Amino acid sequence: MADAKADPQRKPSSSEASSPQTSSPAASNSTASGTGNAPTRKAVPEAPRTLTPGPRQGPQPKTKIEVKDLQFWYGDTHAIKGVTMNIPAHQVTAFIGPSGCGKSTVLRCLNRMNELIPDTRMEGTIRVDEQDIYADEADPVMVRRRIGMVFQKPNPFPKTIYKNITWGAKINGYQGDYEALVEESLRKAALWEEVKDRLHTSAYNLSGGQQQRLCIARALAVKPDILLMDEPASALDPIATAKLEETIVELKQDYTIVIVTHNMQQATRVSDRTAFFYVGELVEMGDTEMLFTRPSDEKTDAYISGRFG
Amino acid sequence: MPSTDTLFNQRIDSRRRRGKVMAGVLFVCTILGLVVLATLIVDVVLTGAPWLSREFITGFPRSTAEASGIWPAIIGSLYLMLVVAAVAVPLGVGAALYLEEYARDNWLARLIQININNLAGVPSVVYGILGLGVFVYLFGFGNSLLAAGLTLSLLVLPIIVISSQEAIRSIPQGVRESAYALGATRSQVIWSHVLPIAMPGILTGVILSLSRAVGETAPLVLVGAALAINFTPAHLLDEFTAIPMLIFQWTEEPGVAFRELAAAAIIVLLAFLILTNLTAILLRNYLEQERSA
Repeated sequence: MADAKADPQRKPSSSEASSPQTSSPAASNSTASGTGNAPTRKAVPEAPRTLTPGPRQGPQPKTKIEVKDLQFWYGDTHAIKGVTMNIPAHQVTAFIGPSGCGKSTVLRCLNRMNELIPDTRMEGTIRVDEQDIYADEADPVMVRRRIGMVFQKPNPFPKTIYKNITWGAKINGYQGDYEALVEESLRKAALWEEVKDRLHTSAYNLSGGQQQRLCIARALAVKPDILLMDEPASALDPIATAKLEETIVELKQDYTIVIVTHNMQQATRVSDRTAFFYVGELVEMGDTEMLFTRPSDEKTDAYISGRFG
Repeated sequence: MPSTDTLFNQRIDSRRRRGKVMAGVLFVCTILGLVVLATLIVDVVLTGAPWLSREFITGFPRSTAEASGIWPAIIGSLYLMLVVAAVAVPLGVGAALYLEEYARDNWLARLIQININNLAGVPSVVYGILGLGVFVYLFGFGNSLLAAGLTLSLLVLPIIVISSQEAIRSIPQGVRESAYALGATRSQVIWSHVLPIAMPGILTGVILSLSRAVGETAPLVLVGAALAINFTPAHLLDEFTAIPMLIFQWTEEPGVAFRELAAAAIIVLLAFLILTNLTAILLRNYLEQERSA
């Protein structure tokens, strides 16, 4: 268990020169911060990283999502100004940045949800498993089944717990056993034990944290391989948040997860890689520990040390 | 410590008094409508109740008040309501769904929206003239149940569209988004989520518009509904009469008796409205429970 506070190597006093460059192509065009900034930085990840099981070793995981020169407009507002990034498979990638920086917009481009918003325009390519999800022959409905999403506010359907989970499978013509699907999805979302005796009661009777885990179970029931989460814990209390984070870390065994968060501690607790966005651009992306202790860009440094945002 | 009270001329008594007067005026405003309604109902019930009898309900209009009944009008009103429900509800809800879920926000959609809003304010007699010109003469439906039903459908269509739109618009976007995110198509989202969640609100609009349709007289006069007939309509192109038509006719007749008979017909009409509203409200409550269960 690596503790940021206990490790002298990661103290601000450590020399900037030794900080290795991140592998992200976007990070290369941003200048590394001078050493003069280093003493003013406060190391943010003070919480013990108890959730992430051990540091990763071995070969770099393969790229799951490949974003190339993504541009996005809301009407005349140029919200995303050229984002290029690779999101690795079976890892948790966190998107951080101040409000309005475009992190949610990028996330919603990854499963073509932004198309539902009128008067918007997108350029660039997004490939998932080397398939262009915006190609003419790619159907957004098919894309969204493979790339699930959990939203900021828990939003279960006004139906029973059971039907919340089976609905997505049903509309996609699921051929398997529905009972088993419900149990499997709820188990993966760490909710089964709490609700197994009341599957046929309204989902609205669950607590906020349980509702959010139900939303995860609901998303898992259509068998996606990517899970996008848009500030999933922002409406939850600390205990429910901890439980949710635990679930997220569990899930990365089977899924590639991208999570947008306002909470930097959360990013350090759950993610393997972190991308920092600022006014529509990807400023820096890299290993989470690295990004929070030795950011290569001044803006990242300023943001993670709480000087703006 | 020096008092800050001298800095203000607080006039607390006059401010309080003003508040009391205000509350009083607002109370009178509220109670006035209620008093008028109560007076009307009491007057109608006192006048009409002695005439209510089984013979009155099941009888046919005759030349004397004593022998007259209201049966063909009850059946006529019921059929009219069924025609309106069958025509205006699907059309209205369909239009609302299209405008809210499909139409892009362009000049055409806005033009349609403005027109629907304006149509809701068009006087019913104008719809009557339209019905006379289009359904009675142009389509050749004659002075029939169908012509009147279609005219009333047009009359209430904007009400149904607008109230359904409001019900659909009040559904949180999150419900739609989470359904789309599971790989649902637009029609799947609409059938499984938008319509069921909006249904109680839509039904409220339907209740209002059906009540409105059943109570209308002017369009019926214009499309030529019969005043007194001694048969119940057998099919859609048959002649018919409706409760408001009989009320209208009987108040015109000389003599006190017919006017009292009109009061009795009003009681029947009110009972009819309460019954339809009650059915719709029960249905709405049932759907709401179904949804939260």
